[in-house]
Amino acid sequence: MSTAPTPSYVMPAPGSRGPDIAFKWVAMFAAAMIVVLIVMVGWELYYGSRLAIAKFGAGFLWSSEWDPVLERFGALPFIFGTLVSSLIALLIAVPLGVATALFLTELAPLKMRQPIIIAIEMLAAVPSVIFGLWGIFVLIPWLRDSLFVWLKRFLGFLPLFQGPIYGLSMLAAGIIIAIMILPIVTSISREILRSVPNLQREAAYALGATRWEVLKIAVLSYARRGLFGAAVLGLGRALGETMAVTMVIGNRPQISASLFAPGYTLASVVANEFTEATTDLYQSALFEIGLVLFAVAILVNAAAQVMLKSMSGSGPVKVN
Amino acid sequence: MLPIKSKWIALLGALSALSATCAPAQMLINGAGATFPFPIYSKWFNEYAKVDPSVRFNYQSIGSGGGQKQILSETVDFGASDGPMSDDNLAKAPRTLWHFPTVAGADVITYNIPGDAKLKIDGATIAGIFLGKIVKWNDPAIAGQNPDLKLPDADIVVVHRSDGSGTTYIFTDYLSNVSADWKAKVGKGTSVSWPTGIGGKGNEGVSGQVKQVPGSIGYVELVYAKQNKLPYADVKNSSGNYVTPSIESVTEALAAADIPADFRFSMVNPPGATAYPIAGTTWLLVYAEQKDHAKGEKLVQFLKWAYSDGEKLAPALDYAPLPDALIKRALEKVQSIKY
Repeated sequence: MSTAPTPSYVMPAPGSRGPDIAFKWVAMFAAAMIVVLIVMVGWELYYGSRLAIAKFGAGFLWSSEWDPVLERFGALPFIFGTLVSSLIALLIAVPLGVATALFLTELAPLKMRQPIIIAIEMLAAVPSVIFGLWGIFVLIPWLRDSLFVWLKRFLGFLPLFQGPIYGLSMLAAGIIIAIMILPIVTSISREILRSVPNLQREAAYALGATRWEVLKIAVLSYARRGLFGAAVLGLGRALGETMAVTMVIGNRPQISASLFAPGYTLASVVANEFTEATTDLYQSALFEIGLVLFAVAILVNAAAQVMLKSMSGSGPVKVN
Repeated sequence: MLPIKSKWIALLGALSALSATCAPAQMLINGAGATFPFPIYSKWFNEYAKVDPSVRFNYQSIGSGGGQKQILSETVDFGASDGPMSDDNLAKAPRTLWHFPTVAGADVITYNIPGDAKLKIDGATIAGIFLGKIVKWNDPAIAGQNPDLKLPDADIVVVHRSDGSGTTYIFTDYLSNVSADWKAKVGKGTSVSWPTGIGGKGNEGVSGQVKQVPGSIGYVELVYAKQNKLPYADVKNSSGNYVTPSIESVTEALAAADIPADFRFSMVNPPGATAYPIAGTTWLLVYAEQKDHAKGEKLVQFLKWAYSDGEKLAPALDYAPLPDALIKRALEKVQSIKY
């Protein structure tokens, strides 16, 4: 017993824990930098907007006036436009993205999967301004002459689809954003669906479920939380989309029930007006718009986290 | 490990030596600001490099707001702006800051009505349309000026710039000049609160929309309209003539405008018989006393060149050169820059 053989996997010699400790600190530093960055962005935005905050107070949030000449500023139409255009985008992109992901992981023949995945990833590589130009010259004319006319004819009884059709509109912006967030929603959904254990599917099949039922009870409901997370990440992208949105939304600071009416988003007004804002108060108001966008993004994400927590866990399948 | 490290050090050393040898004894003069004159300024700086290879100009077209801010905080050697600086902003300058007009441009009214129609329009009507008071193409106000056109009973769709721009400044300055109603309700600025219409981003956003939507009307830079072959209206000037926008009629407007000694002026709606009324100039912002002797000297030399040879390059790029009288006045001011 006293001559126990020395194991070949000896512990490292004392003192060589240096790399371990160094790695820990480097990783911690990297993680801390993100928090520091967020705090600094928030501070910088607050600092830049203190003139406007002092002048307009909380009224900035619910004033609808935006007059650079008289220097009266309010953010409400922009907040409305940001939320509505992002919501439209999610309503289009999430079902499409999840369906695509389902097709790719569950239904598509193996040979077809890779080309489709590449095509989707190419979509993510297209610059924003290209989507915008394509929007102006291709999408908008089609929407104006076909889709919008059709929507107005058949769904015109809804306030959503009333009023004059210009082409440039909240709905056009929502559609452009949907196309732009489709890659991220699809890619993440695909990863989520791939991580659903096969045991789930086999168990459902064993119970005699059809393919659709397997997808419904074994895959989708198991992956529900993850798919919701994919939607939240898509939403994060949607809130901040700037260039393409600016080019198709019509840039009119108004709140209208009709999706055919032009709108405006927080990110767009900053992109549009910041370069030529010559007075301090004007620039400060644009900083405050940035601060509001920052706050909206945080609030929306926080709300999503709360909803995520309240959803049934990803553990055992709950059959509805 | 050591050999690799020392190789890296050697490489770094070599790189720094290389960059040291590459960097010639060339002076760099930095400027920033207006986007409208960027093509002509780039051309000037390129051409000037051949005239004086010892100096290099670096111009960032970040917008007039940024140009004014940067020259006020002296982070650049000269600024550029599409609108004259306000008294408030000018008061923030640490020393006397001068405006130098360089080239001029015009805003044209572009439209989409059936047929190859050449529209004639006056200032009051343009204001009425952009205020949302004239809403049909066959409104008597428009039809009265165009008796030979058959105007449709269609809604007018107003398109304006959504991004802050010198183009919008010139346009709203003009409307404030010709319409008391516009002046009271909207005013002038690089961005304004538009009573009606939709906003397109940039010249391409406005013209894209006007081209596609029947019945629409908007304003774009003359340069852009010419290069893209957009239809544009003849506008009635203060002498009562309908004038087609062109480089000549813009230079004419400049010659007719009343220009104060500090060169902060608006040339909209000047008196000349053949002057096009919706025009404006763009400025360089330069301190009257240069801190850096060598840089100041080079900058003054460049300005002299710009006002002589530079102006001749303007028409080829569809900018209107300044009239001779104004060039003479500007050159006199350039001479009095201290360095």
